[in-house]
Amino acid sequence: MQVQTHVDINSEWGIVAARQAGRKLAREIGFGSVDQARITTAISELARNIYLYANKGQIYIEEVSNANKRGVKITAIDQGPGIKDVRKVMEDGFTTSGGLGAGLPGVRRLMDDFTIDSEVNNGTTISAIKWLR
Amino acid sequence: MRIPILKLRDYLLISVQVELDDKTALQFQEDVLSKIHEEGSRGVVIDLTSVEMIDSFIAKVLGDVVDMSNLMGAKVVLTGIQPPVAITLIDMGIMLEDVPTALDLEQGLDRLQLELEG
Repeated sequence: MQVQTHVDINSEWGIVAARQAGRKLAREIGFGSVDQARITTAISELARNIYLYANKGQIYIEEVSNANKRGVKITAIDQGPGIKDVRKVMEDGFTTSGGLGAGLPGVRRLMDDFTIDSEVNNGTTISAIKWLR
Repeated sequence: MRIPILKLRDYLLISVQVELDDKTALQFQEDVLSKIHEEGSRGVVIDLTSVEMIDSFIAKVLGDVVDMSNLMGAKVVLTGIQPPVAITLIDMGIMLEDVPTALDLEQGLDRLQLELEG
């Protein structure tokens, strides 16, 4: 059976808990230290976005596989305000929170597959997969 | 959680050994600035050897500490950034361009001396 864990994000501690859960699973699947850092960082960015913009939500971390590859999939789900202009938030340096604007475009580069699905007033779901090479 | 800050002559030495949550990172920022003010420190070395992950928020906090300390008249050097952390930061497009860095604490102190003389 493949492992799936989820972490509720409703405080800053949730961000840390999600990171630690992600690092643990990435290590178990066999990712090296660089990819462990990439996966952990991606989780941190997604969890912080939930906390910052939606106040609460969940991070799901699971092992995935297809024909001959294994990987780790992160899914970030919230029922927050949603994203008005998805193209805009994927631009480097765009921020509405005074941050670096590196979060979502960074996650896309750190991971292999990336999908974002957002509806204004209804929430946001973001999935990202890193495959074991 | 508080990160301990050691004083060595004119310098402050900090080794970050905890998993940085947002609150701890912001508290740390304030603590460094108050300690510079209290001790009249001219230089600060922040060692990141034990830090396994720096995301965009923590990168911003660290970059800001450097700029804020500069405003006060103290130089900050970041040391010991691990290979996975450096790779991840560049992947993310975070360059920390104007931040002085060194391989380890020892070279960080040398770098600080140069910065202060130059």
